[in-house]
Amino acid sequence: MNIQLRDPKNLMKLSKLGSFHQSKLSFLRSFLNEFKDWEYKKDLFQLNEKGYGRAVYSFSKKNKTYSLVCFANEISDEERSDRVIATKWDAAFALHDGVPTKKDLERLALNVPKQEVGRLSYKELTLSRANKSVRIFDHVVDSLSKGNQPNTELLSKVGYLYRTTAVYGSGKFGLADRFRIKNREEIYGPFRLEMMLVYLVRQFTFDQVNHIARHKNPNTAIELDLNICRNLGIGNSTGLGMAPFIVNHPILLNNWILARETALKKIREIEKATKEELNIFKNCLVRSLKNVTNWNTDSEFQNKKIKQLIEDLEKFIKFLNEDFSFENTFPFNKIYIWAEENLGDECIEYIVSMMMEPYDEIINPLTHKMSSEEDRYFNIPINRTIEELRNILEKRYSEILKIDFKKKENNQNFWFISKNKEEPRVANRYELEGSNLEQPLAIARDIKKLYEAIFTQKNSLKIGKFLTNHNHLRHVVRRAFITEKFPYAEIQDNTIGSQLMPIDMLRLKLSFFGAIKFDPKSDKWLRICMFQGAPLPADLKSFDKHWIYNSLN
Amino acid sequence: MISFSEIETTAKRATRSVGFSWGISEEVGKNIRLLEMFGLPGVKNINQYFKIYNAEKFEDINAFSRSNISKKHYCPINAGVNFFDQSSTISDLGQMEINNLAFPLLFIPFVSRTSELIGKRIFLKMDNKEFLFNFNQSIYSNYLSGDIVEKSEKINLQFLENKNSFSETEWSELYKISENTFVEETDELKQKTAGAGLTDND
Repeated sequence: MNIQLRDPKNLMKLSKLGSFHQSKLSFLRSFLNEFKDWEYKKDLFQLNEKGYGRAVYSFSKKNKTYSLVCFANEISDEERSDRVIATKWDAAFALHDGVPTKKDLERLALNVPKQEVGRLSYKELTLSRANKSVRIFDHVVDSLSKGNQPNTELLSKVGYLYRTTAVYGSGKFGLADRFRIKNREEIYGPFRLEMMLVYLVRQFTFDQVNHIARHKNPNTAIELDLNICRNLGIGNSTGLGMAPFIVNHPILLNNWILARETALKKIREIEKATKEELNIFKNCLVRSLKNVTNWNTDSEFQNKKIKQLIEDLEKFIKFLNEDFSFENTFPFNKIYIWAEENLGDECIEYIVSMMMEPYDEIINPLTHKMSSEEDRYFNIPINRTIEELRNILEKRYSEILKIDFKKKENNQNFWFISKNKEEPRVANRYELEGSNLEQPLAIARDIKKLYEAIFTQKNSLKIGKFLTNHNHLRHVVRRAFITEKFPYAEIQDNTIGSQLMPIDMLRLKLSFFGAIKFDPKSDKWLRICMFQGAPLPADLKSFDKHWIYNSLN
Repeated sequence: MISFSEIETTAKRATRSVGFSWGISEEVGKNIRLLEMFGLPGVKNINQYFKIYNAEKFEDINAFSRSNISKKHYCPINAGVNFFDQSSTISDLGQMEINNLAFPLLFIPFVSRTSELIGKRIFLKMDNKEFLFNFNQSIYSNYLSGDIVEKSEKINLQFLENKNSFSETEWSELYKISENTFVEETDELKQKTAGAGLTDND
C-alpha cells in the first residue's frame, strides 16, 4: 500500500498547525536519546544560604564538554516579570562550549545576568534566564525545611519551580554562529543545545531548592523526593518572538513537517502490527490522558480545544474498544481514516503523535533529518522563466491565491519589530501607527501581488530580467522557488487577516520542541511546560522512552 | 565580538531602512556577512555608504554592456543585484568595464556569488586593487588595508574560462608519481585478482 503524504494545502493551515502535539520526534525527547550516554557532572555549586551565587553543570564525552553556567540573583517581587521588557531575573544561564576557566566565569558573571544588553563570545552557545514560580518555590522550600515533602496537588497545578522567559542561540548577542558547530554529530538535530540548557536548568532548580531548605533549617530539612523531581519540568513563557521564526526559516519548517508526515505515511503503510507495538500504542494513549485531563488554563480558546479533545478521545477509545480490531490489515491506516472522518484536528494530531510511539526504527532516522541549510537555496534561479514561476504559484499557493486582499479584514494586521526590545509584534494597521515599517511576513499577500504582477508578462521571460523592474517582489520570488522544492515550507494561510491567532504559530514550534500543557494567556503569548516526567541526569543511562506520559499530574 | 548572524540581520534591516526592498535587503545582509567572513570591511563600508545614500543621487545600471559609464556614481547595491540577475548574459561578454562605481567593495560579494552561479572564476581590477573570485569559495586579493573605499574610477571585469593552471607535462609528471601507489600486475595477479581471469572474450 502506498499512502500519499498529506496535502500541504490542508495541513499547513494555521488552525491545523496550531493543533500539533509533542511526539517522539520532538527535540527534547531526541536530545535525551542523543545524550543518554554522556557523563553528567555538577562541577561547581557556590550558592549562599539564600540560594544566590553561581553553579556549573556539564555533559562530557571523550574530549568534548558542554557546561551550563548558572547565576542566581536576588531580585525583588516588583522586579520579577516574564515579559520580554524585564531587565532582572531570578537566574540567568549560558551554555559554554567546553570547560569554563576562572576568567570565563568572571566574564560571564558580568554579562549573563544582563542578558540582551550583555555580550557573549563564540565560546558560548546558548543564553537564557528564568523566574521562579514564587508560590511553588516558596512552598517547596518551606515544606522541605520542615522535613515534609511538598503538596503534590499544588505542584501539579503549575508543574515547575522555574520558568524560562527566553532561550537564545545561533549568534544572538555575540553567541557562537551556527556554522561553528553545525557539523558536530551530537547536535545534528534542531535546538539540541537549547534543549540541553533547559534540561540542566531543571536540575539546577532542584539543587537550589534543596540547598535553601537545608540552610533554612539544617536540623529538620529533607531533600525533594526524586519522584517529585521527575514530575516537575521547566516552564516557559513565550511571546511573539517565535512566530516570525517559522516564516523566516522555510526549509527548516519543511523538514520538521516532512519528518512528521513521513512518519505518519510509513506507519499507515504497516500491514500488520505486532502485539507489542499495539500494546505500546494503547498504553501510551491511556497514560497520556492524564496530561490532557490535568491541562489547566484560564484561556477560553484553549479550554474549548481541550474540551473537544477530551470528548474526541473518549469517542476514539470507545471506537478502539468496541468497533476496531487490531487483527485488521493496515490497522493504523484504518485508525487514521476513521479519525479524519470522525474527529477534530486537535484529536487527529494527538493520535498521529501516539501512533509514532511504538516505532523507533521509523522515527529515529527521521530525527536526524530535521535540520536545514537555508543558505544553500538562497540564490534566486534567474534563468528560470515566468511560465515556470506561474506554474509554481498555481500549484503550491492555490489556496492563498483565493484570498481577496482588497477586503479590509484580510489585510488587517501588520508585523513589526519594537524599537524598545527588538521583538516582533503584531498590530491592527487601521488603528495603530507603524505599518510603514512592516516586516516581510505577509507572505500570502505578497505572493498574490507577485501572481498579479506576472499575469501580463511573457511566458518565456527570464526571472532575472523580470526582477529588474520588480525587485519589490524579490523576497517572494525567492520563496516561491524554495517552496517548489520543499512543499511544507510555507504556511498556507493569511498571517495578517483579522482571524489570525498568533499563538497557532507558537504552538506549532513548541510542539516540535516537545512542550506540553499549552496555556495561552492571550492570543499573543502562552506558557508551557518542558521535560515534565523526564528522567533525571542520574537516570539517563537507562530510562523509559515514553517518559513524557509518566507525569503523575 | 559581533557574530556573523548579527551582522547579517543588522545589515539587512539597515538596507531596508534606507529604502531598498526586503528582497534586496536580504541579499545585502548575506553579502555583508560574506565580506566579513572573507576578512573584508563590509560593515565599515556599508555604514559609510548609508550615511550619504539619501543625500546623494546614485545612478543605476539596468542593463549591463561591455562598457558602463556614467557621470554620476553608480549605486553598488543596485548594480550588484542587476549584475547577479543578468549574469548568464553578462558572462558571454567575456569582459566589461564599469566607470564611477560608489563604494565598490559593496559590489564585490555580488561578483563572488555570480562566480559560483555561472561556474567561472572572475577577475576584477579596481583601480590598483585586484581580486580573483573563486566560485564564492574564496577571494584572492592584494587589497588588505581594511579601509573604506568610497569610489572607483574604473573597474575591469574578466570572466575567466575554465582551464587548468598547469601544463600537460606538469600533469603527466605528477600522475607518474601518483602511480607509485599501484601494484605492478603479474600474470598470476591478473588471473587471480581481477575476477575475469586472463580473457573476458566470449
